[in-house]
Amino acid sequence: MKKTVFFGALAVAGMAAGVAAAGTLDDVKARGKLNCGVSTGLVGFAAPDANGNWEGFDVGVCRAVAAAVLGDPTAVEFVPTTGKTRFTALASGEVDMLARNTTWTFTRDVDLKFEFVGINYYDGQGFMAPKSLGVTSAKELDGATICIQTGTTTELNLADFFRANNMSYEPVPIETNAEAQQQYLAGACDVLTTDASGLAATRASFENPQDHIILPEIISKEPLGPLVRHGDQQWGDLVRWTLNALISAEELGITSANIDELAKGTKNPEINRILGTEGDLGGMLGLDKQWAYRAIKAGGNYGELFEKNIGENTPIGLARGLNAQWKDGGLIYSPPFR
Amino acid sequence: MSSMTDTPRQPFRLSMLIYDSRYRSITIQVVALIGFIAGVAWIVNNTIQNLATLGKSPDFGFLLEPAGYDINQRLIEYHSQMTHARAAFVGLLNTLLVAVAGCVLATIIGVFVGILRLSKNWLIGRLMTVYVEAQRNVPVLLWIVFLMAIVSEIPPRPADFRSGEAQMLFDSIAVTNRGIYIPEPLFANSLGDVTVLKGVLKDSFYFSISLDLIVLLAVFLGGLVISGLIKRRADRIQEATGERPTTWYLRLGIVFLPTLAVLYMLGFHLGYPVLKGFNFTGGIHLRNSFVALWIALSLYTAAFIAEIVRAGIMAISRGQTEAAAALGLRGGKIMSLVILPQALRIIIPPLISQYLNLTKNTSLAIAVGYMDITGTLGGITLNQTGRELECLLLLMLIYLTISLSISSVMNWYNERVKLTER
Amino acid sequence: MSEQSYVRDEMLPELPPPATEVGVIGWMRENLFSGWLNTILTLAGIVIVYFAVAAALPWFLNSVWNANSLSECREILEGEAGACWGVIRDRFNQLMFGFYPHEEQWRPVLAFVLLFVAIAPILFNPMPLEMKIAWGGFIIFGLWLLWITGAPILAHLAFLVAGLALYYEPWARKMLFFSALYPFIMVWLMWGGSAWYVISALLGFVIGYLIYRLLEPIMGFLIAVIVSVLVAIGWWFFLAAPFAAWMAGIIPLELTPVESRKFGGLMLSVMLGVTGIVGSLPLGIVLALARQSDLLIVKTISVGFIEFIRGVPLITLLFVASTLLNIFLPPGTEFDIILRVMIMVTLFASAYMAEVIRGGLAALPRGQYEAADALGLDYWKAQRLIIMPQALKISIPGIVSTFIGLFKDTTLVSIIGLLDMLGLANAIRATTAWNGIIWELYIFIAFVFFIFCFAMSRYSMYLERKLQTGH
Ligand SMILES: N[C@@H](CCC(=O)N[C@@H](CS)C(=O)NCC(=O)O)C(=O)O
Repeated sequence: MKKTVFFGALAVAGMAAGVAAAGTLDDVKARGKLNCGVSTGLVGFAAPDANGNWEGFDVGVCRAVAAAVLGDPTAVEFVPTTGKTRFTALASGEVDMLARNTTWTFTRDVDLKFEFVGINYYDGQGFMAPKSLGVTSAKELDGATICIQTGTTTELNLADFFRANNMSYEPVPIETNAEAQQQYLAGACDVLTTDASGLAATRASFENPQDHIILPEIISKEPLGPLVRHGDQQWGDLVRWTLNALISAEELGITSANIDELAKGTKNPEINRILGTEGDLGGMLGLDKQWAYRAIKAGGNYGELFEKNIGENTPIGLARGLNAQWKDGGLIYSPPFR
Repeated sequence: MSSMTDTPRQPFRLSMLIYDSRYRSITIQVVALIGFIAGVAWIVNNTIQNLATLGKSPDFGFLLEPAGYDINQRLIEYHSQMTHARAAFVGLLNTLLVAVAGCVLATIIGVFVGILRLSKNWLIGRLMTVYVEAQRNVPVLLWIVFLMAIVSEIPPRPADFRSGEAQMLFDSIAVTNRGIYIPEPLFANSLGDVTVLKGVLKDSFYFSISLDLIVLLAVFLGGLVISGLIKRRADRIQEATGERPTTWYLRLGIVFLPTLAVLYMLGFHLGYPVLKGFNFTGGIHLRNSFVALWIALSLYTAAFIAEIVRAGIMAISRGQTEAAAALGLRGGKIMSLVILPQALRIIIPPLISQYLNLTKNTSLAIAVGYMDITGTLGGITLNQTGRELECLLLLMLIYLTISLSISSVMNWYNERVKLTER
Repeated sequence: MSEQSYVRDEMLPELPPPATEVGVIGWMRENLFSGWLNTILTLAGIVIVYFAVAAALPWFLNSVWNANSLSECREILEGEAGACWGVIRDRFNQLMFGFYPHEEQWRPVLAFVLLFVAIAPILFNPMPLEMKIAWGGFIIFGLWLLWITGAPILAHLAFLVAGLALYYEPWARKMLFFSALYPFIMVWLMWGGSAWYVISALLGFVIGYLIYRLLEPIMGFLIAVIVSVLVAIGWWFFLAAPFAAWMAGIIPLELTPVESRKFGGLMLSVMLGVTGIVGSLPLGIVLALARQSDLLIVKTISVGFIEFIRGVPLITLLFVASTLLNIFLPPGTEFDIILRVMIMVTLFASAYMAEVIRGGLAALPRGQYEAADALGLDYWKAQRLIIMPQALKISIPGIVSTFIGLFKDTTLVSIIGLLDMLGLANAIRATTAWNGIIWELYIFIAFVFFIFCFAMSRYSMYLERKLQTGH
C-alpha cells in the first residue's frame, strides 16, 4: 500500500506503477481493505453517522463481505457514489463491489458488463407528494414538476410512465438524494420519485414525515442488489454466496445471538456446511471455513439487517412484504449450500 | 571571391546528428515525433487492452438508439423516444443559448460597471469595487449554486399564487420558485415553419425555423439598410453644400413602420402565463436552472469585462480627447470617432477571450441541472449507456469546435486591426 | 516714494474655504453630488446598500453559534430569522481537513506553513523590510496553528528553524534548496508512510544530476542529458522501491500512511492547487519553449496540446479523470480518484502556465537574447542562465493569477463527487442534523475563498510593483 501511495505521488512526474492485474480477491486481501461503493447518503441503506461511521442495510452487505474475506467487518472503505458515478467507479476499479440500491436490468448486466450477484431488496418506483398538494394517485400528476435523480432507472421509467399515460411533466434532474430532498421540501418540485424504499427512507428523515404521502402506484420493478465487475468469476461467486449466506442464515434460524452456539456443530447439515463445521465450502471460494460464520456474525442474518436498519421498528418502517423469506410468502430465496 | 569556399565537406558521421547544427534540429524533431507517436500508441494500446478486459469496444451506434429520458428545456422538438444524438443536439442548443445570452448580459453589465468604476462618485466607485472583487475572488461554481439557492428558496411557490399570497407582476410576469414565466410573442396569422434535415439520421438533427421570424428580420434589416443609404446621401449633400437635410424622422419611419406593419399583419399578440394545474402554463418559462446559470455566469464574467473596459478606456490618453476637442469635435463625436475606435482595439481581444471563458463555463450547468451538452451527452447519455469513451470524446470535440471558432474570430479581428495600424 | 504707493510686504493669510467646500459637506459635494447624474447614482447606491443591509443585517446579528443541529438552532431563534453558524462550528474540522485523521492533522498544517517558507526565497531575495516584519508575524501564526493541531515539538522546531533561516542573509539564498525539496517534503507529510520512498525518489534526481555533471564535459550536453535521464528512470523503476524498503528496514522514518481518498475540504483545494502549479511549472516551461521554437513538429505538438487543453472546459477533463484515465493507463494500474484528478489538473494548468511563460519570454527585451548569443552561449545554456530566470521572474504575477484561477477551479471537483468544501456542503446538508441549511455554508465557503484569493491577488499586485522597480 505504501508503495502505491508513493508511486501515486510520483505519477505526476509521469510514472505509472503497473501492478499486474490480479484477481479482485487477491487485490482486496493485499490491500487489507474492501472498497465498497455505497450511496452518498440514504438513511437506512447507507449513510454516515455523526462520527463518520457508515450504517445501513447496504452497508451491512459490504461489512459481511469484508468480514468473510478479511475477517474484519470494519475493514471497509466506503466510497460514496451518486447515481451517475457509481458505474464508472465500479468499472474503473475504484470500488470492488457496489452495494447501492442498484436495480438489476438487462443493459446493466449485459451491455455495461456488470454482474449482479443477487437481489437484496425487491422494490418498485413510487411517488411522494406533500399531503397539501391534494393528490391521491399518480394518474393525477399531469403537468406536475417532478424531482428525479439522474443516471437512474427511475429516470427512464418516469419517461415511459408519462408517455404511456399520455401525460406531460417537467423533470427536474438532480444529482443526489440530499439535493432531491432539499428541492422537494423547498417546493421546487411537486413530487419526488424514486424507489419506494428510498422514498420511505427519505420521508423518515423529514421533520414532519406525516405531512407527506407516498402515492399508491408502483410504476416499475426495481430489484436491487449488489454487483461486481464482469469477468472475475471468483470474486462474483464470493459476493454472491456471502449474500446467500445471510439469506440462508435467516431461513435456517442462524442469528448473531445464537451463531456461536451453532458453530460448535448442529444436527442440521446445511447449517454445519454454512458455518464450516462440515465440508469446506469456504475453500472452494478461496477462503477459510469460517467465512460465512464471520459474515453472519458481523451484522446478523438478512432478517436482522433488515429489522435493524429499515424494518418496522425503525423510523423508516418498511414492512417485509415481498422481501420476506419465501417460506413466509416473500421472494427472498437463497439457493442451497451444498 | 576565392576566400568564400565552402567548409570542407566532411563524410557523414552518426554523431553529426547531434553535434552538427544542420542536422540537430531534424534529429530533435524526429525524436520528438517518435516520442509523441510512441506516447499516443501507448495510450491507445492501453485503452484497447483495458476495454477488451471490460468487454467493451468503441462504437458510436448507440447515438442513434432511443435516449429514453426526457429533457425539460428544449428549443427544438424532443421526446424520450428520440435518439441520443437528438438529445445531445438539444443540449448543444441549450449550451449555445445560455452562452449567447450570457455574453450579451455580461457585456452590458461589464461595460456599465467598467464605466461606473471610473466615475468620481465615491460611493459608486466603492460599490463597484466591492462587486468586482467579490466576483473575481469567489469561484464561479459557488456563485452558480448560490444563485440557484436564491432563485429556488426565496420566490413564492406556484401554489401561493392560487391562494393569493403572491401576485403576478403587471399581471403578466410570474416569478416563482420554479422559474420565471414571461409573456411569449404569438402570431395569429402565422406563416408556419420551415423544417430542415427531417428524416436524416433517424430525425436526430432536424429543426424548424419560424417563417414569421425570418420575414420580420428581413423587413427590419431591409429598413436598416435603406436608412443607411439615406444617411449616406445626407452625408454627401452635407459635403457638397455644407447643409445637412433633416432625415431622422424619415429614417426612423423606414426602420420601424414596415416592421410594425408586418407584425400587425401576422397578428402579433402576447401569450400570458396562466396558473393551471400544478404550474403556470403558457408564456415563456425561464427555468431556475437557466436563470441561475445565466445570471451567475453573466455577473461573474462581467466583473472581468469591467476591468477590461476600464483598462481600455484608461489606456487612451487624455491628450487624445483634448486633441479631438481642439479639432472642434463635440462630446459625442469625440467618443465615437476618436476614443471608441482606439479603446475597442484594446478591449475587444480580451473581451472575446472572456466570451470563450464564459462559453466553457456553461459546462457548470451540470451543477444546477441545466440540460446543456454536458448534462445530456456527458451526463445522462453517458450514464445510461455506459459509453464513457465515446461520449467524452464527442463532448470534448464539440467544445473544442466552439472554442476554436471563437478564437478564430478573435484572430481574424486581431489581424484586421493590425493591418489598419501604421 | 515710499509714501506714494502702498506695497504689501507680506502675504495675506489664506482664507478658509467656504463651508460648502470643506469638511464633510465639501467632500460630499465633490464626491457624491457633483451634478445631477452623480446625484442619481449616489441615491441609487444608497438605496441598494440600504436594502442589502436591511435584508442581511438582522440575519447576521441573530447568529447562533452553539447549536448542534438545525432544529436546535430554530428552537433557539424562536421563529426569528437568524444565521445558524453552529453548522460551521460543528463541521469546521471537516471543512478544513476533510476526513484526514484527526491526530495527524498537524501534518497538512505543517505542509501548509512550510509552503510559505518554500515560496519566500523565490519571491524575495533579499527580503524587504516590510516583509521581514510580516514574516515574523507569519512565523508566530504558523507556530500557533501547529500548536492547536497538536503537532509534535519537532515539527514546531523544524518550522521555526526554516522560518528564521530566511532572516539570515547567507542562508536565505541557500533556502532555494529548500524550495526545491519542498514538493518531496509535502508528499511525505501528506501521504505519510516511510520517508525513504520519497528520499529514494529524490535520489533519482540527484543521481541523474551527478551523472550529468560527470558526463557533460566528456560527451557534451545532449548525450549527457539523455544518459542521465535514462539512468534516473532506471533507478525509479527498478531500484528505488527495493532501496527504500531496504533503508526503511534499517532506519524507519515512518509517518502513519494516509490515503489520498481521505483528503477533503479546504486542504484538498490547496493540495490540488499547489500540486497543479508545482507540477505544471516544468511542463509549462517545456511547452512554452517548444511553442517558441522554430522546430515545426515540436511546435505543432506543443500548440496542439495547449490549444486542446485550453479549448475544453475543465469539467470535461475531470470527467476524463474520473472515468477514463484508468483506461488510458496500463491494465491494472490503480490510482485513486484524487491522484487522477491531480494528474489532470496538472495537465490543465500546464497549458495555461505555458502561455504565461510564453508571455514572459515575449516580454523579455530582444537584447537579452542577443546578449546571450553574443556571449557564445548555446541554446540551453542561454535558456538556463539568462532567458528563463528573467522570463520566470516577469511571469510571477501571471503565475500567481493562474494559481488563483486554479485554486478557484478546484471547486469543480465537487461535481465528480470529491469532497472539497463545496462537496462537503452537500454532504453536510444530507445529514439529518443539518438537512435544510443553505446560506451559512455557502457564505462561509465564499468567505474562505475570498480571503485566500483576495490576499493572493493583492500580494501579486504588490509583487508586480516590486518587480517593476527591480528593472
Ligand atoms: N434503483 C434505481 C435508483 C437508485 C437510486 O439512485 N436511488 C436513490 C434514492 S432511493 C439513492 O440511492 N440516492 C442516494 C444518493 O443519492 O446517494 C437505480 O438503480 O437506478
